[in-house]
Amino acid sequence: MTTPKTEMDVVGNNSRQSHKNMLKMYYATDLPQDQSNFNPLDIDSPTFQADRYLKKLKQEKSLAELMEAENDMAKQIRTLDSDMQTLVYENYNKFISATDTIRTMKRDFREMEKEMVKLTSNMAAITHLNSQISSTMQGNRQQINKLVGVHSVLKKLQFLFELPSRLKKCLATKSYAAGVSYYLRTKTVLQHYQHMESFSGIEQDCSKIVAEIITELKKTFYDKDSSAQQLADCVGLLLRLGEPADLLCEDYLEHAKHKLDEDLQELESYLKVDKATVDKSANASSDGGLYIDVLEFIDRGSNGFLSNLSLTITAYENLFIKQIEITAISSAMVGQMTPLFISEEVSKVASMKLAKFVEDLLQVYFTLVENRLVLEKRSRDNALVVRALDRFYRRLQATSNILADSDIMVHGEGIIVRMIKARCEHYRFALKDFFTDCLTDIRHTISAPNTVSGKSSPASLNLLDLVNSTASALLNQVKSVLADVQLFTVRDINFASLPYFRKEFPCEDVREGIIVHFVHYISETLRSFCDVSSAARLVASPPTVLLLLSKLCRDFEQSTIAYLLTLTDEQFLISSKDRTTDITSLTAEIGETAQKLLEGYVQSSGVSVSRMIRTSIEARDWLKCVEPRQVRAVMRRVVEEITQTDQQVGSLYEEGTRKARSSDSSKRTQTYQTSVSRQRERGHWGVYAPSSNMDNSLLSNIQKLFSERVDVFGPVEFSRTSVLTGVIKISLKTLLECVRMKTFGKFGLQQLQVDCQYLQLYLWRFVSDENIVHTIIDEVISSCLHRCIEPAAMEPSVIDVICERG
Amino acid sequence: MDIEDAPLIYGLELQARCLCPQAAETNYTRFLVATQSLRQENQVHLITFDDENNQLEKTIFPHTSGEVWHISSSCNDVSLFSTCFNHIAGGDIRSGCKLWRLPADQCNETVTDSLNQPNSISEIGELKSDEVRSVSHVLWKPIEDDSQVMSLGSGQMHLWDIMKAEPRLIRVFKLPEKKGHPCPVTNGKWNPHHGAKQFAVATNQHIIGWDVRGDAEAFRIENAHGQLVRDLDFNPNKQYYLVSCGDDCLVKFWDVREPTAPVSVISDEHSHWVWSARFNPFHDQLVLSCGSDSRVVLFNKASLSSEPFGHLMDEDEDDLGSEKEPPKDGLIEIYEEHEDSVYAVEWSSADPWSFASLSYDGRVVINKVPKKVKFDILL
Repeated sequence: MTTPKTEMDVVGNNSRQSHKNMLKMYYATDLPQDQSNFNPLDIDSPTFQADRYLKKLKQEKSLAELMEAENDMAKQIRTLDSDMQTLVYENYNKFISATDTIRTMKRDFREMEKEMVKLTSNMAAITHLNSQISSTMQGNRQQINKLVGVHSVLKKLQFLFELPSRLKKCLATKSYAAGVSYYLRTKTVLQHYQHMESFSGIEQDCSKIVAEIITELKKTFYDKDSSAQQLADCVGLLLRLGEPADLLCEDYLEHAKHKLDEDLQELESYLKVDKATVDKSANASSDGGLYIDVLEFIDRGSNGFLSNLSLTITAYENLFIKQIEITAISSAMVGQMTPLFISEEVSKVASMKLAKFVEDLLQVYFTLVENRLVLEKRSRDNALVVRALDRFYRRLQATSNILADSDIMVHGEGIIVRMIKARCEHYRFALKDFFTDCLTDIRHTISAPNTVSGKSSPASLNLLDLVNSTASALLNQVKSVLADVQLFTVRDINFASLPYFRKEFPCEDVREGIIVHFVHYISETLRSFCDVSSAARLVASPPTVLLLLSKLCRDFEQSTIAYLLTLTDEQFLISSKDRTTDITSLTAEIGETAQKLLEGYVQSSGVSVSRMIRTSIEARDWLKCVEPRQVRAVMRRVVEEITQTDQQVGSLYEEGTRKARSSDSSKRTQTYQTSVSRQRERGHWGVYAPSSNMDNSLLSNIQKLFSERVDVFGPVEFSRTSVLTGVIKISLKTLLECVRMKTFGKFGLQQLQVDCQYLQLYLWRFVSDENIVHTIIDEVISSCLHRCIEPAAMEPSVIDVICERG
Repeated sequence: MDIEDAPLIYGLELQARCLCPQAAETNYTRFLVATQSLRQENQVHLITFDDENNQLEKTIFPHTSGEVWHISSSCNDVSLFSTCFNHIAGGDIRSGCKLWRLPADQCNETVTDSLNQPNSISEIGELKSDEVRSVSHVLWKPIEDDSQVMSLGSGQMHLWDIMKAEPRLIRVFKLPEKKGHPCPVTNGKWNPHHGAKQFAVATNQHIIGWDVRGDAEAFRIENAHGQLVRDLDFNPNKQYYLVSCGDDCLVKFWDVREPTAPVSVISDEHSHWVWSARFNPFHDQLVLSCGSDSRVVLFNKASLSSEPFGHLMDEDEDDLGSEKEPPKDGLIEIYEEHEDSVYAVEWSSADPWSFASLSYDGRVVINKVPKKVKFDILL
């Protein structure tokens, strides 16, 4: 069952092990990998330990299994043996063929050795021959060398001697470039051999001719008509001839300046003409041939001056900055001593000169343009201005693109922004003027029919139409201004992308500067009309104007302002956080103005009625009146005036609220009768019983306690009745105060009773609370009773009859 | 309201529109009120306000000459006063002006209950002359030991000497006319500065100042008010400054050297004609006005006052003083005790903090400046 272990086996085992190791080393099999697979029990493992394997088998397996393992093992050994045998046979064949090959090689090498010996001897012979030839040729070669050298010197000399004539020929044929290159090539040689007479002669000749060439070149250089290419060549040659670069730059710029100055002068002449024309635009047609509008001016400026300037700049850059570099490079290649940094210096100087030159000229140009634009400040044609500005901006942009690092755009933008601000200001003033015109129109319209056809027509004048037309005229004007201003920010306008247009222009200049400012202006102007402290206000504005303007403001408050601001915000895309002044404060302001105007209207109409009443009371001797036969004409006029006021107000304002009132006039008469009878009673009491005076005043005081306090010049609401109540209160209170200043006789009292009844009859319908009229009229009558020396009141029925007749 | 600040109300039995302080009295707060009635006997009331007991003592004298339109008192003699009156005689209005003397014991300290022993005022003279058709106002010259009065009437000003028993007309000033008619003169005032050489009248919408030594205008404020000027008053402590009021509901302050525009305007407090405006004689930042809206209004006009802010402060009080705000102009109070038009308001000549107002229904109200304002001014 076990394979007996012999000595041989052990030895064989050992030697096999070492072979295996050698092979392993040869194939560089990974040892660590083997180690990781270290398993002494694995029969295929290199670290297999037969003893342990056996031991394990014996321990673990049953007899049958062991038997089977043994069989298995024997079978495996047999197959391995047969494999080994086939391998040996195959390798043996190969070995035999290898031996054959080596044998043939040995034979061939012997032949080869012979050939090699032959080759060596041949080579030695060749070497020998070679050295022989070279020694024989030695002498000739040196001679040839010398001769070639002489030949070239002679050639050069010939060139030198021929140089003057050649240069002359170049001069004659104007091929300066060749001449210059000839000269430059020989210059150093000539200078080197200056001490020899013949050379110095040649040099002098050459210098003379070169000087001529230089003058020729300069002539071309200064010639106005020389083309850019010619100029460029010229400058290049001159530079190579060592002319000082900065002088050339200056000369060139000086030369260019003349041309540009001419352009500028032309512009200036236009400017003068334009100024004259704008100043007296009336006779513009007289010298209209010379007048050009702003767009054309800018056009000419751009086409003439700016494009010439651009050309000059490009040419200059080509001529100098680039030429200097080229010259420097070429001379460096030739090996002349123009170190590169010097040329850099020169080109820097040249660019600086150019920059200064351009700046100076543009300064002049900008001044001209700005002066011209100032003339357009009040122009009506905004589109033209916008186009002119846009063109100006575009051309300037083009120019500034050529000139790399310059701040001409800053100046240009400055001009544009200033111009636009000036335009905004103009619009602001234009709006103000327009508003003032509107006011004047309103006044004319209101006062015209008065003067033409007297009293009857003002009522027929449609105030509402006037308000609406004025409001829409104002609105349209503001809209058109907005539209005009909006032209500045149209998308295809180049300068609209400036940062100024993002925030400052729409918010500050348009919204605040024009719209809000305008609203403030309206409000201020109108307030000044009803400013109580200005003594001349009543003369300045007739009451109807105040009424109309108050309605106008009311409309503004209710819709127009909000609409305008929203429109502005939308058109100019103003975000809500940039809206400095909000709508509500503006509408509130205008609303207050409307209120003030209306109060002013009430006051001044009240005062004008008061004036009538006062004169009528003061001018009359009430002590010696005759018995009243009719209502005094003044009272009819008062009622007429109030009716007219009512119509005016009614055409503009709503009816307004009324306190519940008694609709039938009989009741009013009734109350009046009772009050009269009461007063009469009181009067009699007064006559016959002086002691009852306390009760008397007490009575009237009690009466007052129950009647509401009347604020005469009080606040007014935007309604027909409220306005009329105000006017009537003022009028009646005046009547009261005037009556108290007079002394009445019997008929005086009766006349006043008639007048009061008449007023009461006609005025109650206008007011919101007819009790106000009753209260004040009662007070008038009672005051009159006090001021009457013979208080005998008229029969109410008689009063009624008289009033109805009147 | 503090009980001491509560107003005292006194009702006359008749209508009245004129009131004046007893200008020469410096110990008692006294006012004279005269009634205006056509059919009953008129009266002159002498009202003494007892500050300590907060009571009114009144003496009533009959005024038999007619209804009184204007009353004013002498600045030198406590017992002298004048009334301008109308009375009806034969269906015609006759106007007149008389000088009166109060009974002697009324001017003494002991004010007895005079209702029991009816005294009467004694007439000492009448302003009467052939050249003078009517007298509507009399103004006593506010100079010590001077015996001149100025009267106004029918478009003229008359200067009288009342030294002797019979008043003597010294000079007549003709006021400017309008279209041949004399302009209505609503009131006049002596300028208390510079020995009272100027006299100012309110006529129509203008205020005209006269130099009474010659017949020349000293100043003229054209169109001082939009309508009639009702009253004016000179600042007693600050020359050139005056206050005016009128039918345009405004109270205006003027510097007569600059008559084109008012220095300041009070526009919001009155809702009808303002009939009278008065500077406080002691603290001229306090200005009273009254009007036919039945209101009496007390203003603080510190900005125009003769008392510059802080001049009374001691240096020790700098710490306290620096915290104090300079007084601002503004309304102090509106008094609404009246129920009819208030035609007259006057400061007491003795007490800087009391004033009286009179409404047409005969109600006299004595009010005081609020304590807070008083202390603000004093401290």
